[in-house]
Amino acid sequence: MVGPHMDEHRLDEQKLDPRPAKGRGVGASIPRKEDARLLEGRGRFIGDMRFPGQLEAAFVRSTLAHARIRGIHIPAHLKGRAFTHEDMAGVKDILAKTGLPGFRVSAQPSLASTKVRFVGEPVAMVLAETRAQAEDLAEEITVDYEELPANVDMLRTVKPDAARIHEDWPDNVFLVSQVDSQFDGRLAGAPIKVTREVRTSRQCMAPLEGKGCIAVHERHTEQLHLWTSTQMPHIVRSGLAECLGLEERRIRVVAPDVGGGFGWKGLLQPEEVCCAWAALKLDRPIKWLEDRREHLIAAANCREHHYIMTAYAEADGTLLGFEALAHVDAGAYSVYPFSACLEGAQVVSNLPGPYNLPAYRCRAYSACTNKPPIVPYRGVARTGVCTAMELMIDAVARAAGREPYEVRLANLVRPDEMPFTSITGKAFDMGDYPESLRRAHAMIDHAGVRARQARGEPDGRRIGIGYATYCEQGAHGTSVYHGWGIPMVPGFEQCGARLTPDGTLELRVGNQSHGQSMETTLAQIACEVLGIDPDLVNVVHGDTAMTPYSTGTWGSRSAVMAGGAVASACETLGGRIRRIGAHLLQAPVDAVRIEGARVVGPAGSVSFKEVAHTFYRAPQNLPRDADPAGLDLVAGYRPTVDTGTFSYASHACVVAVEPDTGEVEILDYVIVEDGGVLLNPMVVDGQIYGGTAQGIGTALYEEMAYDEHGQPLASTFADYLLPGANEMPDVRIAHMETPSPNTRFGQKGIGEGGAIAPPAAIGNAINDALADLGVELTVSPMTPRRVREAVTAARARAGVRPAGGVS
Amino acid sequence: MKPARFDYTRPADLAAATAALADAGAKPIAGGQSLGPMLNLRLARPSLLVDVVRLPDLRGVEEGPGGVLFGAAITHAEFEDGAVPDPTPGFLARIAHGIAYRAVRNRGTIGGSLAHADPAADWPTTLAALGAVVHLAGPEGRRELPVEAFILGAFETALGPGEIITGVFVPRCAAGARFGYRKSCRKLGEFAEAMCAVLSDPACGVHRLVVGATEARQLVVTEAAALIADPAGVEDLLRRAGLAGDPATFRLRRAVIGDAIAALARETTPESLTS
Repeated sequence: MVGPHMDEHRLDEQKLDPRPAKGRGVGASIPRKEDARLLEGRGRFIGDMRFPGQLEAAFVRSTLAHARIRGIHIPAHLKGRAFTHEDMAGVKDILAKTGLPGFRVSAQPSLASTKVRFVGEPVAMVLAETRAQAEDLAEEITVDYEELPANVDMLRTVKPDAARIHEDWPDNVFLVSQVDSQFDGRLAGAPIKVTREVRTSRQCMAPLEGKGCIAVHERHTEQLHLWTSTQMPHIVRSGLAECLGLEERRIRVVAPDVGGGFGWKGLLQPEEVCCAWAALKLDRPIKWLEDRREHLIAAANCREHHYIMTAYAEADGTLLGFEALAHVDAGAYSVYPFSACLEGAQVVSNLPGPYNLPAYRCRAYSACTNKPPIVPYRGVARTGVCTAMELMIDAVARAAGREPYEVRLANLVRPDEMPFTSITGKAFDMGDYPESLRRAHAMIDHAGVRARQARGEPDGRRIGIGYATYCEQGAHGTSVYHGWGIPMVPGFEQCGARLTPDGTLELRVGNQSHGQSMETTLAQIACEVLGIDPDLVNVVHGDTAMTPYSTGTWGSRSAVMAGGAVASACETLGGRIRRIGAHLLQAPVDAVRIEGARVVGPAGSVSFKEVAHTFYRAPQNLPRDADPAGLDLVAGYRPTVDTGTFSYASHACVVAVEPDTGEVEILDYVIVEDGGVLLNPMVVDGQIYGGTAQGIGTALYEEMAYDEHGQPLASTFADYLLPGANEMPDVRIAHMETPSPNTRFGQKGIGEGGAIAPPAAIGNAINDALADLGVELTVSPMTPRRVREAVTAARARAGVRPAGGVS
Repeated sequence: MKPARFDYTRPADLAAATAALADAGAKPIAGGQSLGPMLNLRLARPSLLVDVVRLPDLRGVEEGPGGVLFGAAITHAEFEDGAVPDPTPGFLARIAHGIAYRAVRNRGTIGGSLAHADPAADWPTTLAALGAVVHLAGPEGRRELPVEAFILGAFETALGPGEIITGVFVPRCAAGARFGYRKSCRKLGEFAEAMCAVLSDPACGVHRLVVGATEARQLVVTEAAALIADPAGVEDLLRRAGLAGDPATFRLRRAVIGDAIAALARETTPESLTS
């Protein structure tokens, strides 16, 4: 810890004296503490790390989507350097079961054993001094495959005649999830009945930093240390222990700096199991870094949904009922810990979204296909269901001849109905959903856009306006997850808090901050409770040896759960500080209070520094009956109601569409969001911007296509397009702050929201722009080609022969 | 994604480069903006890379009354920044500015772009429209080919074994020349899905139109005056060239060519060039 940057952390008397922490607690947009490290290149990611004697791994990956392995031929000189499933005897397959009735279990071997089930599945591991050498050696390994028919289409894989992906299953269906509530024959007479088919494409999560890990056998502690780019170190430890047959005390999992996760780092990876096994087997550190090609090929693992939906409504668009048949392409295996069915089950329970549906029926197939296993990506199923539902709302509005905005308003759950239990049992905590839409409507200048639309554009493009409203369940706990029976049920969250001998504060939390700014926001919570300046607080996270157990960072849970735990720990610590402070002030404990990192009594005050110094270094100044528990503790938290917070937002956007080229430009984009009490509004804005960029990717750019043999058709970012800075509009954000009644500060989980609504809002805007041509796109991403094809098809339907006779 | 083993040499002059390229497994590398990724993906596996990017013969610029001969290793950024003379009224800088991203432009070279012959790249289409001539050197000596004769198809050129591009001659345009350029890219900096470049230089009697981003050879119309006057002919042109494709592709190409031609009329200063 010696370096040029230590200067700023010098023990400076002045700095440790009471600093005005006012205005730096909950609700303050203080700059991110982690930025200095990350922006100056002082972060430490897996790619920056190297251990003495380290070997690097390259994986031989399946080149076929579905095949039996007849043999793996490894040249003799690779003995001890190349390993297959056979070598890893005793290592258990990755199993992520659920307790849901009818769920089919898939065993995922860390290296393929008898079959390969998707292109990119690891078949053999090769180790060498460098990655380049490992790749050279990997080329010498040949695999003899017997190719089997590939199941590429989720609608066809579920048919009885499809080739079995898991031989002992009766069909290729992980699970059928369904809900049938209040749905009856009366709907048949509904004045409006609208049916649509909607499809969203398979995506890669593409975090800035790919996956990576280094497994190290620490002989002196008889431990396996796994340094890994993960969102959930404690869960990885449990899963790894199960696979390797080790006691958890013998495994330490550490996530160093992690450059984005989005869900791709929220699972136990086969590659982690392989590296850990090899580190123990060879007694050498083993490193693997996912490269972009591996990511694009082997980790195109999210977002692929298909819906056939019918909405039933009154003539004015008031919804009477909703019916859907959904398919989720869940890929080849059930991932640990979330399983193959989180997405499918969420489709069923979240499709009604923020609307008050009187009747609802939905069946969702979690379809097993020869593609990478589905992993919950930021927003999980909500991006798909929001796209599906919001396109339907616009379709209903067109049928009713009303503005989609008005039909939304008519159907959203109203504030006077809050707290509200949705038709699928979701307990909406608090909020004014219609108001978010009204504000978005005002901010986007709806009337002005309609007037501009009527005038027409000088360049011949067409303008459209689109809306989407959603609510996002976050930080849901035991009562939601226990019923699923997956390997992980979130319950309590703890935080370790320690006042150091010089009166600064260390917090230890079991989740992981990989872009969420928790080193800042959790320190702000300590500031709120203890009045200590966030700069004097260290947040330690992502290390099973240092932190209390946590299921990790996922599901928009950290602000609520880790935030609540930090508050609990700081309150408990504050009590102990007060008792010592009261003694030093010679005042009764109930006569002193904590303010600005000091214990303040009726006549004078003492600083945390004096309190800490007394306890650690001058205990002789404490009374005989002083509490020996000290200034180092772990305290826990669980929200009063653990069914989750419901943040929500309305997105509105204006697009310009060129019907001939299909080019789409986002002209304006507004978000009115309610995340409850914001711990740090600047951080929330950052989360929303980032999520929105990903949502724009889903809407317009990102798609992993497959050919009929299950071969992925993109292997570089020239083929798999991500939005860049130029594709990002200047998003305007407004906040409503309706406190959640169920959380410590009224905060709600908001981490995923930005990524949920853009495909719906942009899709609706494109359809609005092209409405008079009779065009309605229902497949995302809405690429220029899809726009052109839809325009061409609509013109053909209309029997219009455009100039030149092209239809 | 690490390249397979290869050797590397940086010859001092063109003669040494030509000698090194006589090796059957040798491949020249300049900016490496296409070859680099292909090496990493192991799609290209040369045994020897001959680095030509600093060869004095490839870095020169010779300005004459009829035009400018640019060394093949002049980078896109040098065109963009006006670091080299421009025989056109600013067309080259404008086109260079629209190539991929600045990081690519800093290293990528005009000669490399022609040698790679990606149909969706900016230089092959632009230079064919400008009537540029490629200068080559190889074991058989030196020769010159117009761009449209040099590019034989998608990623296919007339380069012979051991031959490299030494430079590109761009003829001088008259002051009133106009250049219409339009490409349709899914995002900024990506390769175009459709592109068209049109040069109208009535004082020199030159009217050329080039359609790029085709699956095969670029479509070059050397006598394009009639087409520019009446763009309705574009549809026939595409059909005759076998570029009608499916209706959605046809719609895009037709629109992009129409836009490029329309841009000629709008253009009064180089700044108004569309890209």
